[in-house]
This record gives sequence, structure tokens and C-alpha cells, in this order.
Amino acid sequence: MKKLLLATALMALSAGFASADVVRLATEGAYPPFNFIDDKGEVAGFEREFGDEVCKRAALECTWTTNEWDSIIPNLQSGNYDVIIAGMSITDERSKVITFSDNYYPPAASAYLAASADADVKTGIVSAQVGTIQAAYVAESGATLLEFPTPDETVAAVRNGEAAAVFADKDYLRPFATESNGALVFVGEDISIGGGVGLGLRQSDTELKGKLDTAIKAMKADGSLNALIEKYFGPEGLKF
Amino acid sequence: MFAVCATPKAIEGLTWAMCYLTSGKHLDFYWSFVTVLLLLAITAPVAMALGFGGAMAARSQIAPLRWIGKAYTAMVRGVPDIVYFLFFVIALDQGIEYLNHLRVCEDLSQPVFRGLEFHVCAEAKVPPATASPFMFQAYSFGLAVITFAIVFGAFVANVIYGAMQAVPHAQLETAEAYGMSHGQVFRRVLVPQMWTYALPGLTNLWMILIKATPLLFLLSVKDIVYYARELGGTKTQAYDYPHADWRLYYFLGLLVFYLLMTKLSEIVLTRISNRLSKGQATAAGEAMRKAAI
Repeated sequence: MKKLLLATALMALSAGFASADVVRLATEGAYPPFNFIDDKGEVAGFEREFGDEVCKRAALECTWTTNEWDSIIPNLQSGNYDVIIAGMSITDERSKVITFSDNYYPPAASAYLAASADADVKTGIVSAQVGTIQAAYVAESGATLLEFPTPDETVAAVRNGEAAAVFADKDYLRPFATESNGALVFVGEDISIGGGVGLGLRQSDTELKGKLDTAIKAMKADGSLNALIEKYFGPEGLKF
Repeated sequence: MFAVCATPKAIEGLTWAMCYLTSGKHLDFYWSFVTVLLLLAITAPVAMALGFGGAMAARSQIAPLRWIGKAYTAMVRGVPDIVYFLFFVIALDQGIEYLNHLRVCEDLSQPVFRGLEFHVCAEAKVPPATASPFMFQAYSFGLAVITFAIVFGAFVANVIYGAMQAVPHAQLETAEAYGMSHGQVFRRVLVPQMWTYALPGLTNLWMILIKATPLLFLLSVKDIVYYARELGGTKTQAYDYPHADWRLYYFLGLLVFYLLMTKLSEIVLTRISNRLSKGQATAAGEAMRKAAI
């Protein structure tokens, strides 16, 4: 038994050292349908399938890891992984510290989800995930911002009355609205912020950015990206 | 795991519950209890050793050693745990990689820190990018053990330092009058008696350590609290087993676990405390002596 274990360990190690060109992808794993940990305990969702496809086209060997949203940029800069693929919107502020690939999801609508149609989203308490474009928007809007570390908690805050509404990507909120039997409703108009969702990279990784951009362009051109969006976001999902 | 679980959305009732509770993610959840217990089992003795060393250093006759001991306890105790876990771990990780960089990289012409980015060559990465996910988990776990041990070691050092001071000075003098050397006094008189004073403080620290394990998630080690939050959160149809917000039940489960751990620790620590009080010149020892007559 011991020998077997040792042999397996050695195999794993030698197999590991054989190929050097491995790209580590980091995601949050809590933002369905973009990315989530499925019931098998593995990363799944739109970005899982998209990421695997991009890696295949760019001839890169990719491995997945999860990281807390809060520290996802510092850990990229520290070199703990190479690409952020976590539904991250392209903004000027983020572009100052990291670089983005071409967007692989169009600038999407954000929306308010509330427990009642007359919820006060202009001056009331609005929940959002910390460090997101939506949180920044709420802070500017005059409403009182209530931040949570995970997206799920922002919706839970509305259910238990802590916040009047939650402000997040509409694609993320839509299943909550449709599956709540009318308990949760969208309030007000959709608001479009951000420059679409892109892969986050270190500013020095220009070569990797080039490879990924080429793959994304190809996927846009042959319609396979739109097909993926259709699969995960349904007919409401925005297409290129 | 079971054949019936292949189509989770078609099953109901007890079968659903059985499949749900044996999903891959739940199995990970159950394993995370082992992770936490393993962390406690490794961290506690290491922190104890660090603390003992720190206390000895703080009592040392040699000035620089004394300064190191005092500085260690003062600095670590003065910094909030969470800052320690965010800052120190990244610094430790980068430190390890930097040393490795100097050792294995061929091209050292490029600066390691470029603006906000930290660069070492691919061979110097710890663990290498090609390592299995298990290796990454083990590495994070190792960093967690070191960090926990350093933080809790400082608190242990202060408790043991205080306990050593509490041993009646007359006893040490008497021992020296019998002709024992410094080392002998330390081993034969000071340390055996010190434990009885240190134990209440150490008991507290053990309890705090048990409850501090959620900090593991900051180090991307997934512990029981992470899984309780993740599994309990509302699950939409995107998941195999959709359900409402069940965090309350998961956290009640954790409550039971923590209470059990506390009860178990109390039983063990009371026994140790009784054992250590035997024959000691303390109120507890005196009470035991009288009861035995």
C-alpha cells in the first residue's frame, strides 16, 4: 500500500514537471451562471466552459483555482495565478492595476431586485457585493450602501429585510426573481455600467494577453461564443 | 455516488436528501472537518513549542535573546489577527518564492518587484504551476499552520512567562541552596510547577484557537465555515439540488460541532489540571491533599 502511494505520488510529481506551460485560471465560484462550484465540488458555469474552450484554441494547458473575490486582484499581482476569469467587468479603475483581454460578455445590464415593487432604491438601503462596479454605483447614487463579501449574501439581505433592494448583474439576479414565486421583483429600469466582462491579467503578461485575445476573437467570429451565452444565460443573454 | 442520484431533479423525499447529503460538495464539506482537526492537532504543539521558546528567551540572562523574546510577544500580540493573516501570509509566500528565485533562476537581471507586481521565474514558484490542486491546498495549509503557530505562540509565550514568574521565588532559592545549577532548577523546580499556573491561560488559548479556524479561508483553505456558507446559500436551478436559504441549518450543525469540541476539551483539560495540581503548593493542590487524608 505504501509503495503504491509512493509510486502514485512520484508519478503525479513527474507528470507535473513534464510540461511547463501551465496557465492558472482563478475564479470566485459563487456567481452563477458565470461561475459556481457545482454539486460535484468542481468549478462550473459559463466561464468554466468558455475558459476551457479559450485554452484549447490558444493551445494552453489550463488549471482552475478559486479565490475569494476580495483578494482576487492582489493575488494575481502576487503571481499566485495568471488569469482572473470571474465575471469581472472592465473598468478604468481596474485597468490602472491590471490589464483586460477583449470582453467575452457584452456590457450587461445591472438591475435592482427588491421584495416589493415600490422599494426605495434612490435613498433606501441597497446591498451589493464588495468591490464591484455595482457597489461603486450605489455609493454614488445617494442610497445607503450595504456591502457583503459574497453575492449570495446580498440577495439574502433583501429576503430578511436588511436591505430594501440588491443591485447586481441582471443575469445573476434573474433566476432568483423567476424562482421566488413573486417574492422578489425587479424595480426600476436596467442600468448599463462597465465595459463588458473580460479576463484579468497582469499588465506585464502581454504575450498571454495576445494569445487569449486571438482565441476570443475567433470564438466571436464563428458564433461559438454566442452559442455558449445562449446555453447559460438563455434568450435574455446579450449576444455579440 | 449512488445510481439513483444520476438525475437529481427527478427524485424526491428521502432519496433526494440522501443524494443531496452525499454529493461531491458535501463529501468535501465532511473532509473539511478533518482539515480543521488536523490544523488544530499540528498547530497546538507547534504554538506550544514556540511559546515555550519565547518565554525562555524573554527570561534569558542574555540581553539580545531577551529582546528577541520580548519583541516577539509584543509585536505579534499588538497586531490584529486579520491583518496578520492578510499581510503576513502574502509576505511569507513572497519571501519563500524570493529565496527560491535567488537559488534556482538563471536570469536575475529583472527586478522582482515591478510596480504592484511580484515576479519570479516559473521554476521558482512554490508550488510550481504544474503541481496538482492537492499540492496547492497542502501548501496553503502549511502556510496556515505556520501563521497560526506564530500568532498563538506569542500568546502562549506570554502565558508561560507569567506562569514562570508566579512560581514562588523562595522555592528557586531553596533549590539553589541545595546546590542545583541554573539548568537543574529550571528543569526540576520551575517547569513542573509552572504548568499549574499556566494551564488556565493555555485552556483559554486552546478554545480561541478552535474558534479561529474560519480565518483559514483567508488563506484559501476551505474550512467548515466556508462550506457551511457555500452549501447553505440559496441554490437556483443552475445547481443540481436547488433549495432555499439553508444557512441557518448548516450553521446550527457547526454550533453542535463547536460545542462538542468545547465539551471534549473541558473534560480533558480538567483531568490534566487535576493531575498537575497534585502535590503542588497551591489552593487546588492543598484541597486535594486534605481530601486525601
